[in-house]
Amino acid sequence: MAKRIEASNVSSYYGSFKAIDSVSMTVEPKTITALIGPSGCGKSTFLRSINRMHEVLPGARIEGRLTIDDQNIYDQDVDVTAVRRMIGMVFQRPNPFPTMSIYENAVAGLKLNGVKKKSLLDDAAEKSLRSANLWDEVKDRLDRPGAGLSGGQQQRLCIARTIAVEPQVVLMDEPCSALDPISTLAIEDLMFKLKDRFTIIIVTHNMQQAARVSDKTGFFSIDKTGDPGRLIEYDDTQKIFSNPSQKKTEDYITGRFG
Amino acid sequence: MSLLEQEAAGVVMTPDNIRTKQLPIAVNLGVAAAALVVSAVVVLGTGIGNWVLVLVLGLVAYLVGLFFAASRVEGKRAAKNRTMQSLIYAACVLAVLPLASVVWTLVSKGFERLDGNFFSTSMNNISARDPQGGAYHAIIGTLEQVGIATLIAVPLGVLGAIYLVEYGRGRFANTVRFFVDVMTGIPSIVAGLFILSFWVLIVSPWFNDGNPRFSGFAASLALTVLMLPTIVRSTEEMLRLVPGPLREGSYALGVPQWKTILKVVLPTALPGIVTGVMLSIARAAGETAPVLLVAGGAAAINFDPFAGNQQSLALFVYQQAGDASRYAPARAWTAALTLVALVLILTIAAKLLARRNKLSR
Repeated sequence: MAKRIEASNVSSYYGSFKAIDSVSMTVEPKTITALIGPSGCGKSTFLRSINRMHEVLPGARIEGRLTIDDQNIYDQDVDVTAVRRMIGMVFQRPNPFPTMSIYENAVAGLKLNGVKKKSLLDDAAEKSLRSANLWDEVKDRLDRPGAGLSGGQQQRLCIARTIAVEPQVVLMDEPCSALDPISTLAIEDLMFKLKDRFTIIIVTHNMQQAARVSDKTGFFSIDKTGDPGRLIEYDDTQKIFSNPSQKKTEDYITGRFG
Repeated sequence: MSLLEQEAAGVVMTPDNIRTKQLPIAVNLGVAAAALVVSAVVVLGTGIGNWVLVLVLGLVAYLVGLFFAASRVEGKRAAKNRTMQSLIYAACVLAVLPLASVVWTLVSKGFERLDGNFFSTSMNNISARDPQGGAYHAIIGTLEQVGIATLIAVPLGVLGAIYLVEYGRGRFANTVRFFVDVMTGIPSIVAGLFILSFWVLIVSPWFNDGNPRFSGFAASLALTVLMLPTIVRSTEEMLRLVPGPLREGSYALGVPQWKTILKVVLPTALPGIVTGVMLSIARAAGETAPVLLVAGGAAAINFDPFAGNQQSLALFVYQQAGDASRYAPARAWTAALTLVALVLILTIAAKLLARRNKLSR
């Protein structure tokens, strides 16, 4: 069920501002890919382009080709909701639905997409909460509000919510930046577990995290403010962190820049 | 010496002096008592006003006196803080006082006719010398007119607001927004005249053998015109408060936009929307002029909102208050009390309903 993602010459715009310029990369199924780079270099914009979340903002548009198993998701006849059902997303700040309980949050994607049978929903809730390492902490209070959990728990609830709809790809936009080290570790463990089933792309500012969890790493950068972000280097994580081929990458990961 | 210590010596406490003296509560109360006495002597002695002026003047004197007393004891910064705090409490009390006064007046004067007869009879065949008579027909009229107006205005208003927030881009949306703003300022009598000339004089003859006629429904339409802009604006504000990441979270699950709006955005904004709707209902229930213009008012019970004159509570109050009968004022007071109670009950019910969701705290 995991799928291959191929971006060729993808450029994203906010109105007339070009945020990323001509990014090309291939993400293999069942791998974890980390996107690193300084703030404002277009990592998140690129990530949001992959499940067509970029275009939610007014004036935002895309050029280039982005395929998932050889289907261009930006073709005219593509249903956006189908793309997003296939490519789930976890956001930087945990965003559980405030009017829903933990249980309802976990199965929100199923319920809102028309699954009605209680037994199916119950199974899916338990399965996804277990996958997200949250089940033991919340099983006795599934009817409590999702927003009442701690930050780390909320983020895992959002991950549970995302994987409950069984997407093929999971995008994570700095999922741990608002979390403490223990919650971060819990989510990193979770990513290893989920790797068997999903293709994961994660944006992170934490280079240790990128080095720990990812198979491949892409380094984004900008020359100066106002310029579009570019993909400088994309390679195996080991190679990027031990022997990068670009000077800029080396400067960034050794802390001399950015 | 730091810049702060140099320039704001009276404000900043130095590290070796972080303790401060406090104005004793007895002094505080003493200042209040003294201010009241002084103001009473001044006002009543010169005969320029009654106890209301004594209170207001006493309050001002108290604030001034408190500031000086506290300045001597606590220092300037603390004195400012204390005075402002008292000012805010006083403003709060002053704001609630008229409300309490209104409620007290309504209850004390409306109590006289608060009987079963009032709620079960109309003014049909009630003469000027008759102490009986009630507002049954007016209550029915208000409930039907406001009910129908709500049924029309709430869906239209909420959907309009959803359009403006979630879909509306460009010139058309801006035009709609502008006209909603303009509509907010329409005087109720103008809304009544509009419905009179449009519905009562032009449309209603089609349904009544060519003769124009008043109806409760026409009043509902006029009230709808008044309610719509309030509902659109308040709902729009509430929907804008729903954070964007919540919508994106739902989109990311592959949930279509309409369902995201229905199941995520609207429930999140619901309490605020209900408040806005209740405000508009309260305003509509208290309208007199449009009802007088297009429903005409009546003395008898008329259950049919689509045919014939109908009464409403506000109109009933207006007519009874101006009536020559010596029993009429009591009826007006009780009707006013009924109207306020009705709106209050509706508001409480709506709030409870919106909070039915066990999750919201």
